[in-house]
Amino acid sequence: MRGRLRALAGTLASVPITLFGLVLVTFFIGRVMPVDPVLAIVGDRATQDVVEQTRLELGLDRSLPVQFLIYLGKLAHGDLGRSVMTSHTVVADISRFFPATMELATAAILIAVLIGVPLGVLAAVKQGTRIDHTIRVICLAGHSIPIFVLALLTLLVFYATLGIAPGPGRQDVVFEDMVPAVTNLLTVDALIAGDWGAFRDALAHLAQPAGVLAYFSMAYIARMTRAFMLDALSGEFIITARAKGLPAARVIWRHAFGNIAVRLVTVLALTYAGLLEGAVVTETVFSWPGLGQYLTVSLLNADMNAVLGATLVVGVTYLGFNLLADVLYRLLDPRVR
Amino acid sequence: MLTRRHLLAASAAAAAAPLVPACADTPKDMLVVGQQLDGIISLDPGETFEVIGGETISNCYNQLLTPDPANPNRLKGALADKWEIGSDGVTFTFHLRGDVKFASGKPVTADDAAFSLQRAVKLNKTPAFIINQFGFTKENVDARILAKDPRTLVLTVGDQVAPTLVLYCLTANVASVVERAEVLANAQGDDLGNLWLKTHSAGSGPFVLRNWKASETVLYEANPHALERSKLRRVIVKHIADASAQLLELQKADIDIARNLQAEQMHTAQNDPKLRLSSTLLGSLLYLGMNQNHPELAKPEVRQAIKWAIDYDGIQKNITPFTYQVHQSFLPEGFPAAIKDRPFRHDVARAKEMLAKAGLAGGFELTMDHASTQPTADIAQAVQANLADIGIKVTLIAGESRQVFTRTRARQHQLAVLAWGPDYFDPHTNAETFNVNPDNTDNAKNRTLAWRNSWQDTDLSDRAIAAAHETDAARRVTEYEKMQRDSQQRSPFAIMLQQKEIAAVRKAVAGFDLAPMSGRTVYTTASKSA
Repeated sequence: MRGRLRALAGTLASVPITLFGLVLVTFFIGRVMPVDPVLAIVGDRATQDVVEQTRLELGLDRSLPVQFLIYLGKLAHGDLGRSVMTSHTVVADISRFFPATMELATAAILIAVLIGVPLGVLAAVKQGTRIDHTIRVICLAGHSIPIFVLALLTLLVFYATLGIAPGPGRQDVVFEDMVPAVTNLLTVDALIAGDWGAFRDALAHLAQPAGVLAYFSMAYIARMTRAFMLDALSGEFIITARAKGLPAARVIWRHAFGNIAVRLVTVLALTYAGLLEGAVVTETVFSWPGLGQYLTVSLLNADMNAVLGATLVVGVTYLGFNLLADVLYRLLDPRVR
Repeated sequence: MLTRRHLLAASAAAAAAPLVPACADTPKDMLVVGQQLDGIISLDPGETFEVIGGETISNCYNQLLTPDPANPNRLKGALADKWEIGSDGVTFTFHLRGDVKFASGKPVTADDAAFSLQRAVKLNKTPAFIINQFGFTKENVDARILAKDPRTLVLTVGDQVAPTLVLYCLTANVASVVERAEVLANAQGDDLGNLWLKTHSAGSGPFVLRNWKASETVLYEANPHALERSKLRRVIVKHIADASAQLLELQKADIDIARNLQAEQMHTAQNDPKLRLSSTLLGSLLYLGMNQNHPELAKPEVRQAIKWAIDYDGIQKNITPFTYQVHQSFLPEGFPAAIKDRPFRHDVARAKEMLAKAGLAGGFELTMDHASTQPTADIAQAVQANLADIGIKVTLIAGESRQVFTRTRARQHQLAVLAWGPDYFDPHTNAETFNVNPDNTDNAKNRTLAWRNSWQDTDLSDRAIAAAHETDAARRVTEYEKMQRDSQQRSPFAIMLQQKEIAAVRKAVAGFDLAPMSGRTVYTTASKSA
């Protein structure tokens, strides 16, 4: 027990160091980009005195280490600065963009797990059969088709041709600004407001981008599940279980699957963390105002406060899930105890 | 307990979840526009200076005067119904209408107009130079822009200049009239309400800005007190980055107007019986800048050779058939005094001859900066191929547009393909930037395009400044026409194309057309039949 706590403490201690490194690297990369952040704000037409005045206002006339220390000081007080692109504080922006990504990522991972895991198990159990080959092809397509092609195809088929799904965006225009923002997760906010129309609309808009992302993640999850299951199914404990005459379902789900659950948790946690970083291409095609799009547009506009804030959120998310996977691994796997 | 059966049932449910019926057409009293909105960084009229932000200002605010949409070469009153210029040539008096109200219901007064102009000067944001060029400073603006009474505003400019120059500058977005009381009530410190106005409106235009979500939507609601009331209750401008997605949503009637279709979508839209195209010429010019700090480019014959080598018509037809037209002078078509002369065409023999005259018959090497976005990237490649035909080997340097600005503003480029749009509707705006360069040192304050390309032509520079002060309108036009012809031959700018904007509109939408000036498109007269 003490060993486990010590290991956990070690992992926790590495978090602030990693985050500091992330902020440091992002800050300095941002400052040495070949784009003048002042020009990104004032534009190409600004007179030189406006350029100089803005440079002073942003504190960009100071040395890089001083700028970094000022940023760190503000960060310690929870102040991520103001985005020049949106005119809002970065904290306010992230509280709007991150829930959009979270809603998408959560829906995607749920669909991916619910389909990918059973498919992976099935492929392993039916190894070498037509079912296994079919699942392999499905997964291969999920991995190899560029996501923007998949996204556009989805829109073309379900939205344009069949007309059974709504177009891009998070909600229909008739619901724009109608549901009070509480969590900024539109489905949740609609439920809180008791607006079933808005809820159905938000869910319908979520379906396509979540489906596209889910297909991509599902392909990975199914392949990993298959590999883990094959490994488990060849174990001696499975031969023993079968020799004891246990039903096939029990052997597969209780004995084999139970054994791979620990490794699968790590895969799922990291896949979810990856989705939470924001999927820029999917977000662009489906006009989904998520963190990926926010980060990309901020980067192109040299909006450094926004870039740093969003990077920090991505870093914290990734570290959080990494930590969670680590903890679960330690808790669930008797061999690590 | 979770069984396999449960898992399979849940998997099937997840797969079926997307099949939710799509929504119907947009409501009749609501106009939905699909547009790329990620360029907006502020909606304060004293600060915004991009086209999309400019459109929001046009929909939410009024200025004292406005270019007549039917004929932009003529001015018409907006908040002011008459104006006169004093015999001294520096005093401009505006008489405000008494019947215009802000969205709050309070009347628009000369005090609001004076505050708005003073505010723009004091904020000193990017567009402030449009007003500051008449000698206004933070120190003198309170004395030089005065509300004599609630309906009379008096402006005293520093020097006598062409009256139309002053009047047209007052039609710019930076001269929009904001409601003083509301703006000051929302001011933070000494920001004159800048932070608040970035995301709110306080004007007397046909619409009120209800909400702006960056990279998502701009939501307008009709201003109940507007002089010209909109038939629409709401206008929603949705950010749709992808042009194909814009067309798709337009065809499905989820949006009513698509603003950023590319050539391939235009072909489809043109043949769709439910759609019509609305087009207008914009002031934006696409040009090739040749930095004169490069010894070979500084030779007049080399500049001429490059201008003769470019295949203007080929580029227009093959790369930008819908969105640009060939144009070769520094004033865009539609502007007062603009000429349509096209002295250069693709003539390889003549270009080679000019190069030989410069002593460079064997050719030489150059770099060319350009934005990596389309159509600029394709145009840069076409120019590269044209120059290769006469022996000039060009290496392309593609970058994000702000990266290209950064390099050209630091005069680090050799050749650069860039766009330039006029800042206000008077010839001086482009005459100045393409010709005036009084200080060619690295510390110069006035970094015009001429400066950025290290070009000093004292004759053209002096003539451009003199034309701004010319009070005889006809003589002024003649002088700008001559300057354009001289600049075409001598300048380091190969002006190639002028941009056109095309919007695809559902036929159910009536009364909407693009304005003939960038950033001036309004939705006031639009309505929907179904």
